[in-house]
Amino acid sequence: MTGISSVAPWIPSLILLPLAAGSLSFLFGPRSSLGLVAATPVGIGFALIQLLLEFNDTGLQHYPVGSWGSPLGIEFRADGLSLVMLGMTATVGIFISLYALGYFSGEQAGGVWFWPLWWFLWAALNALFLSADLFNLYVTLELLSLSAAGLVTLSGEWESLAAGLRYLLAALAGSLAYLMGVALLYGAYGTLSLELMAGLIRPEPANALAASLITVGLLLKTALFPLHFWLPPAHGSALPPVSALLSGLVIKASFYMLLRLWFEVFPSALTPVFAQGIGILGAIAVFSGAWLAFHQEKLKMLIAWSTVAQIGYLFLTFPLASASPAGALTALSGGVYLALSHAMAKAALFLAAGAMLKVTGEDRIDRLEGVGRHLPVSLFAFAIAGVSLMGLPPSGGFIAKWLLLDAALATGQWWWAVVLILGSLLTAAYIFRVLRRCFLAPPEHAVFHSVPVVMPIAAFSLAGIALLLGLTAVFPLRLLEKSAPYVAEAAIPFTVVP
Amino acid sequence: MSAVEPEEHGLIRPIAAALASALGIGLIVAIFALPRPVVGLAALVAAHLEESGVRHPVTAVLLNYRGYDTLLEIAVLLLAVLGVSAFRPAGPVATYRPRPDSGPVLAALIRLIIPLIVLTAGYLLWAGAHRPGGAFQAAAVLAGGGVLLRLTGLIPSFRSPPLWLRMALFLGFDVFLIVAALPLGEGSRLLEYRAARAGIAILVVESALTLSIAAILVTLFVGAAPSRIRNKRSTESARLPQNDRAGQP
Amino acid sequence: MIGGGLIYAIAGAILFSLGLYGLVVHPHLMRKLIAFNITGSGVFLVLVGLPQRMAGTPPDRVSEALVLTGIVVAVSATAFGLALVRRFYDLTGKTRLPNDPRPEP
Repeated sequence: MTGISSVAPWIPSLILLPLAAGSLSFLFGPRSSLGLVAATPVGIGFALIQLLLEFNDTGLQHYPVGSWGSPLGIEFRADGLSLVMLGMTATVGIFISLYALGYFSGEQAGGVWFWPLWWFLWAALNALFLSADLFNLYVTLELLSLSAAGLVTLSGEWESLAAGLRYLLAALAGSLAYLMGVALLYGAYGTLSLELMAGLIRPEPANALAASLITVGLLLKTALFPLHFWLPPAHGSALPPVSALLSGLVIKASFYMLLRLWFEVFPSALTPVFAQGIGILGAIAVFSGAWLAFHQEKLKMLIAWSTVAQIGYLFLTFPLASASPAGALTALSGGVYLALSHAMAKAALFLAAGAMLKVTGEDRIDRLEGVGRHLPVSLFAFAIAGVSLMGLPPSGGFIAKWLLLDAALATGQWWWAVVLILGSLLTAAYIFRVLRRCFLAPPEHAVFHSVPVVMPIAAFSLAGIALLLGLTAVFPLRLLEKSAPYVAEAAIPFTVVP
Repeated sequence: MSAVEPEEHGLIRPIAAALASALGIGLIVAIFALPRPVVGLAALVAAHLEESGVRHPVTAVLLNYRGYDTLLEIAVLLLAVLGVSAFRPAGPVATYRPRPDSGPVLAALIRLIIPLIVLTAGYLLWAGAHRPGGAFQAAAVLAGGGVLLRLTGLIPSFRSPPLWLRMALFLGFDVFLIVAALPLGEGSRLLEYRAARAGIAILVVESALTLSIAAILVTLFVGAAPSRIRNKRSTESARLPQNDRAGQP
Repeated sequence: MIGGGLIYAIAGAILFSLGLYGLVVHPHLMRKLIAFNITGSGVFLVLVGLPQRMAGTPPDRVSEALVLTGIVVAVSATAFGLALVRRFYDLTGKTRLPNDPRPEP
């Protein structure tokens, strides 16, 4: 598989289209939202499919912006990992857009400003997954953080403002730490291109400091224990479609960057001590997050703590993938697949919760009795998404945990297998806690409102996709194998898939 | 950010101080210990300067070689405006009206300074092609003029930006988007401009950007103004039924 | 030998550390924002100073452009943060975030 320098417009379209949508939605206001929701995801989806076809024909796609090659200019790059992430964003994005059309109809405040912020967030995500330039990645990170913070504070209530402020400060600190690391590396090697840097960088203490700064910054943005303090208030107090975006997509962006940077740019710095340490933090997140989720009173807070726990799983990828070449591909595929299915399942969870909260007008879990009868589709969506989170077959979560278990046993790190299994049990505990409540009979005086039908349908679709990921795993996994860490002559061996 | 606010005492301060000191020392050591770059970008920047359409290398980097970064950076600026507008209450809330300064000195000064500001901004914009200057610098000067006008009450408050302002805010970004996308229609790449065409493209984009960035900065200054109601009642008034203009752009 | 950029890089390292310390330690929101700006200035100084830490290197135009971009990004973030702090103060009369970021179970 060779990399080619593409001239096709698909890659830039993926970024230009949502940026244009953001402009139009701001200029023309909420009456344009229906048209934009109809047009933009279709355009993005079309460009993505064309890009997939090109990737299938010619392999790794390079795209030097302005036709200035790196290191002078900025390069885009589309490999298997990028395409999987772009696909994840597009899928979740389409359904959240549809859901938001329903959610913001009527008197729900925030509909005016949701759309420009959301389109810009989608643009930021696409730009991030396609970028192969270290400084450009910083700019996309900031674009992402500001749009996400703006969405958190959308409701204007003081709790959201506090959560948004905390989120903003944490995100900015993380970005600056990342930028300092990049500044050091640029001063050392004179280039900002990911690929050139990967070729030039040598294991030295000064570079280790730069790598540490970058890592800590990105860990703060991905909310790994103990840097997770900002996440529950932000995801728990935001409006449901916003929480779905944050937990489903935004978190995955910094995780993707960690994977890119660690496995492609400085793989030699991934010492066993560091890798096991990250894994331990992940394990603590899995257990403490699930424990705290179980004890929450409010539904969205429970789901937010669930995100903290699931993020812990993602970081098991590091010890599993770095131990030996044997487990590397399996572990990396498992981690990415977990990110992918978590995106679908968690978004479905938040969207279903949003419908349930709108119907009952309550956000406390112990007042959710009777929802089962009034919102069967949403509850079903919640349950299916829960299945994926627990890692039960057939679901994407099951495939992901299976891959991680496989890697754990192949590299002899059986303790991570214990974490995976125990964590699933705890996940089941808090999922069933919610489901049990919903199936009880409602009290006499309970009032149930109605919700636009698109909301439960969107939630159900995403949950269904999480399930589908368990049945059609071959395609994404094959795509993942054609990713940059394997194409380069890194320590991880390259497996050819026709 | 700390989990033990407001206790600044206790463990947080010494631990943070120790970590910060270690970080600072580590960074200084790293600055000395970092390897020396073998190849720098300066030669490349100079080599392609003729094709870039401008004579000043920083402008060439900002608006040609790495113009895509600049495009995203304008989007970040716009996000600030969007974010600031988004959490403003929808209900009837009194907006801040600055008391116009009644002194004659300031009024006379304004009459003198504003034209000079506009002139300086125009010069900076034009100068950016061959010496330090350009859209941001010009826009910052213009925005300074805007702040003066605001402080003397000549720019009123608004709850959400009217249409003409929204167009002004997004003009630079939209022009930049169109200029970036045009080469795609001819089979070239995003933002692919050389020589004379590059010069024209950069001029067009910079002019539009100057106006927009100035508008953005002034809007940010106006938009962050406090509302007069200072207690929780403002949230209750926000829950009142919206009047027909509330929350509508 | 030592070039002119070295002193800026060292100053940047110190500002970065001081800024991070302030961001973590000060509970007052305005001070956190100011500390964030100090941290940012530190990074920008390192970005510009480091490529010129050796004598005889020409000024690095790319890092100058990068810092210009970084300043604009920092301004945007600060503006948004300030508006948030202002509105938060209007609503609650407080200048500190609520005590415990974790919700009560």
